Amino acid sequence: MFAFVLRRLAVAVPTLLLLIVFSFVLMHMAPGGPFTGERALPPQVLANLEAQYGLNDPLWQQIWNYLYGIVVHFDFGPSFVYPDRSVNQLIAAGFPVTLTYGGLSFVAAVVLGVSLGVVAAIWHNSWVDYMAVGISIGAQVLPNFVMAPLLVLVFTLWYRLLPGGGWSFTDPSFWIMPVIALATSYMASIARITRSSMLEVLGSNHIRTARAKGMPEHRVIIRHALKPAMLPVISYLGPVFVSMITGSVVIDIYFSTGGIGKAFVDSALNRDYAVMMGVTILVGALTILFNLIVDVLYAWIDPKIRY
Amino acid sequence: MVIDQTKMQSLSDRLVQDEVKGRSPWADARRRFWKNRAAMLGLSILVLVALFAILGGQFAQWSNEELDFSVMGQVATMGAPSLENGHYFGTDNLGRDLYARVVQGTQISLMVGIVGAGIAVIVGTLYGATAGYVGGRTDQIMMRTVDILMSIPYMFVLILLLVMFGRSMSMLFLGIGLISWLDMSRIVRGQTLSLKNREFIEAARATGVSSFRIIIRHIVPNLLGVVAVYATLLVPLMILTESFISFLGLGVQEPLTSWGALISEGAGTMNYGTLWQLLFPLFFFVITLFGFFFVGDGLRDALDPKER
Amino acid sequence: MTKLFATTALIATLAMPAYAIQPAEGETLAENQTYTYWLLDAIKSLDPAKNTDVEGSDALRSLFEGLMIEDASGAMVPGMAESHEISDDQLTYTFKLRDANWSNGEPVTAEDFVYAWQRVVNPETASEYAWYMELMNIENASAVVAGEMAPDQLGVRAIDDKTLEVTLSKPTPYFLNTLSHTTAYPVPRAVVEEHGDAWTQPQNLVGNGAYTLASHNLGVEIVFQKNPEYWDAENVLMETVRGVTVNDNNVALTRYQAGELDRVQIPAGQFPRLSEQFPDQAVSVPYGCSYAYVLNLSEKGPEALKDQRVREALALGLNREVIVDQVLQGGQRPAYSWTHWAINGFAAPEGGMAGMSQEERMARARELLAEAGYGPDNPLKLQLQYNTDDSHRLLAIAAQQFWRPLGIEIELNNVEWKVHTDRLQNQDFEVARYAWCADYNEASTFLDWFRTDGYNSGKWSNEEYDRLLAEAATAEDTTPLYQRAEEILAEEVPAVFVYHYAKVDMINPAIKGLPRENLLNTWYAKDLYRTAE
Repeated sequence: MFAFVLRRLAVAVPTLLLLIVFSFVLMHMAPGGPFTGERALPPQVLANLEAQYGLNDPLWQQIWNYLYGIVVHFDFGPSFVYPDRSVNQLIAAGFPVTLTYGGLSFVAAVVLGVSLGVVAAIWHNSWVDYMAVGISIGAQVLPNFVMAPLLVLVFTLWYRLLPGGGWSFTDPSFWIMPVIALATSYMASIARITRSSMLEVLGSNHIRTARAKGMPEHRVIIRHALKPAMLPVISYLGPVFVSMITGSVVIDIYFSTGGIGKAFVDSALNRDYAVMMGVTILVGALTILFNLIVDVLYAWIDPKIRY
Repeated sequence: MVIDQTKMQSLSDRLVQDEVKGRSPWADARRRFWKNRAAMLGLSILVLVALFAILGGQFAQWSNEELDFSVMGQVATMGAPSLENGHYFGTDNLGRDLYARVVQGTQISLMVGIVGAGIAVIVGTLYGATAGYVGGRTDQIMMRTVDILMSIPYMFVLILLLVMFGRSMSMLFLGIGLISWLDMSRIVRGQTLSLKNREFIEAARATGVSSFRIIIRHIVPNLLGVVAVYATLLVPLMILTESFISFLGLGVQEPLTSWGALISEGAGTMNYGTLWQLLFPLFFFVITLFGFFFVGDGLRDALDPKER
Repeated sequence: MTKLFATTALIATLAMPAYAIQPAEGETLAENQTYTYWLLDAIKSLDPAKNTDVEGSDALRSLFEGLMIEDASGAMVPGMAESHEISDDQLTYTFKLRDANWSNGEPVTAEDFVYAWQRVVNPETASEYAWYMELMNIENASAVVAGEMAPDQLGVRAIDDKTLEVTLSKPTPYFLNTLSHTTAYPVPRAVVEEHGDAWTQPQNLVGNGAYTLASHNLGVEIVFQKNPEYWDAENVLMETVRGVTVNDNNVALTRYQAGELDRVQIPAGQFPRLSEQFPDQAVSVPYGCSYAYVLNLSEKGPEALKDQRVREALALGLNREVIVDQVLQGGQRPAYSWTHWAINGFAAPEGGMAGMSQEERMARARELLAEAGYGPDNPLKLQLQYNTDDSHRLLAIAAQQFWRPLGIEIELNNVEWKVHTDRLQNQDFEVARYAWCADYNEASTFLDWFRTDGYNSGKWSNEEYDRLLAEAATAEDTTPLYQRAEEILAEEVPAVFVYHYAKVDMINPAIKGLPRENLLNTWYAKDLYRTAE
């Protein structure tokens, strides 16, 4: 197990490196640079700016300097577009926000999704089941860029219950709509997966045995069925986490939460090379970490799997 | 929204077993599939939507780009769905016929879904089959590469690609397709490994058939079940991805449109009394995704029956 | 605590040397003096030397103050400069600064202006707005920007703590008007040098404006608090100003309707409905920007566009009335001149296209195209490039449809902003959407764009035009010169002018003091106040 974790971490380094080089090259190939404005800059000014940010070095040199800065000083450089902020500051400001509503959405999606799935499986083919399936399919396909403005309309304009946007770490009323908008479709997917996997487990031999022994139904479910039924759900959690970070673009756009999703899209559009690289590396690292956690969790639940 | 990999694995195990027992899974599966009511409903929806995309244009009284000057500027009052002026689905904010635009958006979205899924399936199958068949070091390297690629945040890369190379249809197809061949390649590799030492492959190898021909002629056909199910489930994912890209303003160019673009336009104006602009494209979007889910699930259940 | 302002207001007005808005008779001030306005995007920089956009300027006007400020009509009134003298040759301006402090209690001195202006032109600062000092015609500005002279050679010096002398390279009638621009603001040298680029962060920023920066959470909100050190603080009523970022205009409107914002832009096409529903809130005022489709006449441009008849046909074929009345619907006006119709002292030339009906225009356009060898049988194919934005998209689609009956086939090409500007600057386009906003309220701010050495992305060039504008820079009566220049533009059609902007907003009626006669729509938070219901 330990060796497995180590091996996976060893792969992480070349992965990140590949990601950095790829994004770096892609970014610099794009037409327009961070200083392309409405009016062309005087050559002297442009030369100074490029020298200031090291853009006149050869590309390999730039990549090298960039990596050096990260490894040695943990410095991701200055933002090209927000001159008074460094990338570290921008990420330090945006990431906790994304992590907060992302984390809450994640928990909400898993808890509600699993509950809904289990309930539907237990009362298989009853109206509860049909309702649960209906809800989960509907919720799965409603794009969150439809849901988000709808939520603002309903909760902010019509019922005046929640603030229509903004962010505060202390006031949960700012968290509710982002979490609903982000969690719903994942909740639905998790519910579907849980339901079908639960049904499979409930039909299996060892559950029949447990029932035959006269074990009460709730104990059968909690003690014997839930754990194996969770396997497919767990393998789904890695992708969920990653798409939640990506999906946070929509949340940041509609709810002005100031997270890193919007920061990424903006940095790509503004050619803010440093911010874009910073966010890409962050999300890449998180993806690797999360896939690892999921694999470890998987192995822990399913002893058949050996690495 | 993701394909349930565990079930895909179970399906592929099952198909290999059947093959081992020398029994074709197809005849039974077909029977089971026709009996599956949800799958049949899904299939009929898909057929209808496809007909709508292909023939819908015949019934349009306006093209997808013409401006109706009598409606323009007063869309909320004059642009509602109406049989009289030929705007069956109403008009968009500029006074363009929404019916014609939904037909055309359906074509694009279906195309993106199918081509994207197609690319993913082709790349994934060939890659997985090659890795599994060749084995050894090549297999090791190829599968490590997949591990590495799996840790890349793809949506980010796709956004970068579209920003860098400009928005174009081919970039969209390619970008979306390249996102999701990785899981496919893993499943296919596993199945190839089990197929590889079977007699008919050994026989082919003994008679000197080249590796490439063996993969194409003998391995790939035997993967068809998994591939078909995977592709069906992949299409809705591709459509969803495209809608997200359109929302970011990186989708197809005007005057062309797609469901994602139409829905995101409609969602913007939902409070301005022009709700049809959201509901019509959303309706087609939702039922099509349902259709693909039902058919995909149905196919899988048919090929991999379990007591439920 | 609400107090009635009927009598105090009168006294304050009389006692005031400068201009300030005060509650009208019978208005009651609200207890909560907060103004919340909408920002489409995060503010990029709060450094006067580095700011390039409107949102940044709005914020800077609260945090800093230049030599001059504007009143509600956009006229110049004294800001930091109490008075000024102009030499007989009109080349030397001497400003007497008033007693004022920075928000850290230090006095504002002439040296602060000298430092700030030198900083703008210094190539090391790499200010994108260094050209502004050239526009002001400050002596040696161009040479310093080009790196040929040291920054201290710039024609600005402090005679003593309170006296600033500016030397110009040529007489500039609009010079005083340029002084309220954010680029010409003073900055506190000690603070800038201590913190470097980070000096504009909330905990560091020191300004001389009516407000201090309380917080700046990028992409969420920016908050300003009243600055007690401000020289005219006793006449500032608004205590707190908040700029709230909402990236989606439609959601911003929803939040305005829910009472979360006091001012928001109305999305294209929604003004008629909102002004009917909320006549006291929906406001449309002229706004000094013009919208155009620039034609590429450079060597890289398409051959067809080099034919004047083709260009004229494009101009004739575009149905501006429909664009304004049926697409934008917010009080914009069709543009037949590049200069915005409401610019001070500007009168558009008589006759021309403006007087024709659309049928006449279309007939004439067909004739011209036929002469040039194009028509439905031999369609003219052009690519129209626009940057990502909803209203640009709508207009481009409409333009494509207007030109189609003439046998002009337009391919739409939507690119993002960076690519758009990059291609404009490198002449990699055929027809491109462009808009220009006035830097000051005078026609040359528009007309300079088409000078041979102006921004002029399409690389059109006309000797007479250049000469007219050079003449106008020092002329007593500029009107005939500008009119002739517009006539040349109308004849040669270097660009198809589309419409003149209006600022179309929902404004909370409780907020008073937002200027409605100011074409540049600059507003100062210090002039605002909120009345009680």
